[in-house]
Amino acid sequence: MTRTPLASAVSRRDFLRVSAIAGGGLLIASYLEPLDAATAVGRSAASDATLNAYIRITPDGIVTIIAKNPEVGQGVKTMLPMLIAEELDVDWTQVRIEQGDLDTKNFQGQVAGGSTATPNNWLPMRRVGAAARAMLVATAAQQWGVPAAECETAKGVVSHRASKRSATYGELATRAATATPPDLATVPLKDRKDFRIIGQRVRGVDTHRIVTGVPMYGIDVTVPGMLYATFVKCPVFGGKVASANVEAVKALPGVRQAFVVEGGTNLNGLMPGVAIVADSWWQAKSARLKLKVIWDEGATAQQSSASFATQAAALAAQPAQRSLRKDGDVDTALAGAARTIKGEYFYPFIAHASLEPQNCTAHMKPDGQLEIWAPSQAPAGGRALVAQTLGIKDTDITVHITRSGGGFGRRLANDYMVEAAWIAKVAGVPVKLLWTREDDMQHDFYRPAGYHYFTGGLDAAGKVVAWRDHFVSFGNDEKSFSAGASIGGTEFPQHFIPNFALDASVMPLGVPTGFLRAPGSNGIAFATQSFIDELAHAAGKDPLQFRLDLLANVQTDSAVAGTQPAPYDAVRARGVLELVRDKSGWGKTPLPRGTGMGVAFHFSHRGYFAEVVKASVSKAGKLKVEKVWAAGDIGSEVINPLNAENQVQGSVQDGLAQALGQEITIDKGRTVQSSFDDFPHIRFADAVPVEVHFLKSAVAPTGLGEPALPPLPPALCNAIFAATGKRVRSLPLSNQDLRWS
Amino acid sequence: MKVSFKVNGQPRTVDVPGDMPLLWTLRDTLGLKGTKFGCGLSQCGACTVHFSGTAMRSCMTPISSCQGADITTIEGLSPDGTHALQRAWEELDVPQCGYCQAGQLMSASSLLAKNAHPTDAEIDDAMNENLCRCATYPRIRQAIHLAAELKAQSVQAGAPKAMKGGKP
Repeated sequence: MTRTPLASAVSRRDFLRVSAIAGGGLLIASYLEPLDAATAVGRSAASDATLNAYIRITPDGIVTIIAKNPEVGQGVKTMLPMLIAEELDVDWTQVRIEQGDLDTKNFQGQVAGGSTATPNNWLPMRRVGAAARAMLVATAAQQWGVPAAECETAKGVVSHRASKRSATYGELATRAATATPPDLATVPLKDRKDFRIIGQRVRGVDTHRIVTGVPMYGIDVTVPGMLYATFVKCPVFGGKVASANVEAVKALPGVRQAFVVEGGTNLNGLMPGVAIVADSWWQAKSARLKLKVIWDEGATAQQSSASFATQAAALAAQPAQRSLRKDGDVDTALAGAARTIKGEYFYPFIAHASLEPQNCTAHMKPDGQLEIWAPSQAPAGGRALVAQTLGIKDTDITVHITRSGGGFGRRLANDYMVEAAWIAKVAGVPVKLLWTREDDMQHDFYRPAGYHYFTGGLDAAGKVVAWRDHFVSFGNDEKSFSAGASIGGTEFPQHFIPNFALDASVMPLGVPTGFLRAPGSNGIAFATQSFIDELAHAAGKDPLQFRLDLLANVQTDSAVAGTQPAPYDAVRARGVLELVRDKSGWGKTPLPRGTGMGVAFHFSHRGYFAEVVKASVSKAGKLKVEKVWAAGDIGSEVINPLNAENQVQGSVQDGLAQALGQEITIDKGRTVQSSFDDFPHIRFADAVPVEVHFLKSAVAPTGLGEPALPPLPPALCNAIFAATGKRVRSLPLSNQDLRWS
Repeated sequence: MKVSFKVNGQPRTVDVPGDMPLLWTLRDTLGLKGTKFGCGLSQCGACTVHFSGTAMRSCMTPISSCQGADITTIEGLSPDGTHALQRAWEELDVPQCGYCQAGQLMSASSLLAKNAHPTDAEIDDAMNENLCRCATYPRIRQAIHLAAELKAQSVQAGAPKAMKGGKP
């Protein structure tokens, strides 16, 4: 499948240049720290030899690697240590992995978000391993009085062939820890042909613990003397407590404390509510049933999904509030077009609904030190929020990063962390705060709904000559967007159509929004890739070839002089489309009416994915998704194919769940849905077989938690059109009538 | 109320509110954290245990109904983590976030105890109430088939070999 020269053929200099673009210049100078670095991580035993903050080697030869980033199911706790172990040149079976605490002195970018861990760590982690290896080699060479260049390493042993001497890393470690670290920028890295771990099918480091029930999630944390809390917030976002019967609640069995938390007005901060602290969580939750709160529901108690739809239609009928991009002259091109096609698209609010409900354990100690255990995707952001809200210093807060029972972007927000910290401070004892499922569903930071009003123009040959998208979204002023509600200047088909306009209008919103797996892209891809399909059919062209033709039509950027024609590589985009065409047998077999194949392509989070869905729809409107083919290009290496295939398969099913039946609606200022019965995830019987293929390009590898999701909903809806002639312009499908005759 | 029952073969007596679900008794009273809370409404299956041999949602099973019961949790599925399903789960590296997997394993083991070689349709039917938010269903299904084979000891693990190691 390799179609272009791989990284090995790229010069070192080129390689570094590519990385600097992909990594956003995140490489830092102090990846190697002196001996006390592991102490900062809090796990160093006195006899351990520490090579840097990431690696600990004991005299018995055990190599411990610290996994710095939060693990939420994306496999980063395995992947980052693989990069270090590769260059350290140890056998993977020798390695132990430990989760690092939040440690902004020694670690950079301890975040699970944006599929950034791979591109941001591909070189830095390898350099950490390579530097440690160089120190071990230098130590051996010095001991033996031989040139370091004559020494070799393999499986945790340094050897010098000529003198037939060898020493294990364990034997060398104590002295090596005092050696001078090499310059990270120039420390030699392996050529890809020498990789022994990268590219192998490596199991998750926690898999055995998962299948044997070992506690390691946030919800599993236990601290001596700990009490359990529930926190009740106003169903209307931002509502305040007018009064509550906390005295009566305090008298209930097991309840130790009940109190009002005043909170603030920022939906991203500590919100008002009532905390109940009890001997057991069940008692806290039982007491909650007797809690009576009179809420001051505030200014947003009348907002609803219905009113958003009305406002969106009104905004769409008016000139857009702002222009985000303008190439050529859309109005003139449309006036001269042989055909003009319009399409109005909608996608709803969606919850993350990770399976482990939000929780956090906090202990404010008498000396003012706050200790936190949190399943957070952004622990540094959480610490900052806690410090600001409680009026304490960052340096007085320790954050232990636990494994998370799913993230999907929900845990980039740290509301549960600041709630736990506040409650623990008031309670004066360690407290585990745990939300109910209903709390989780009704107090999410939702994927914002979006409305797209498209107009497209085709010339007589069926070529797209004009495109306008009036994007109607949310924002509290006309110059900004709510979190996750924006649209970027890179979305396809920008840069590929000569007369292109992306306009936007926003309406105010009193619902917290945020980032859901492939934020932005997860909705935008549905709208744009469905409308491109409409244009392809209107042009009488094969929808897959139509996209290839579009991608061959790179425009010079007319709006901003000096920028690249496109922020992504049209050749790689075409590559995944061609691969999925070939693997899926696209267009090869005539399909009966009621069965169809649909395609979509999307570029997001530095990854290129094209997907083909085969689906059938009965005349009665019953949909069956039969198979999905996914083709991706995430660079020169698929670091851990065992996990990569799992991520793509999961992303596809996740996109399927969104398309089939996920919708959060707002009524009277509050979320209507409350659990998995009215907000359905995919189940066994709906899970679709997914074939996963990778194309390798000669650039540094990029992340995979997100980019495979966005093409699925449009590919499915395009398959439904191919099967039935019914164009789906609004999600979820559970609201659509798919009957045909 | 005082309730005596067996957990993973050990006799246990607890004194907790009678309406406290088995889930919270296991997790917070007995310290067995392997059984997970996902919804508290019997909708997700994360809390699945064996109640006298049958898969059951512990989140809506009041402890008052557990007098004399024989409960098995993920911690007791096998003495050393080598149940055929656990081996198959590891071989195929089923989990992503992993949070639902204890419940998946308890439902799957209940299925295999009754049906040594379930078909895909039988797996769908038996497992459909176990939600996996990461949607690892294709691998779960594959692992149940693999475990059936391992249990029958007629076939060696046929899946692509994964690299072991990287122990926590």
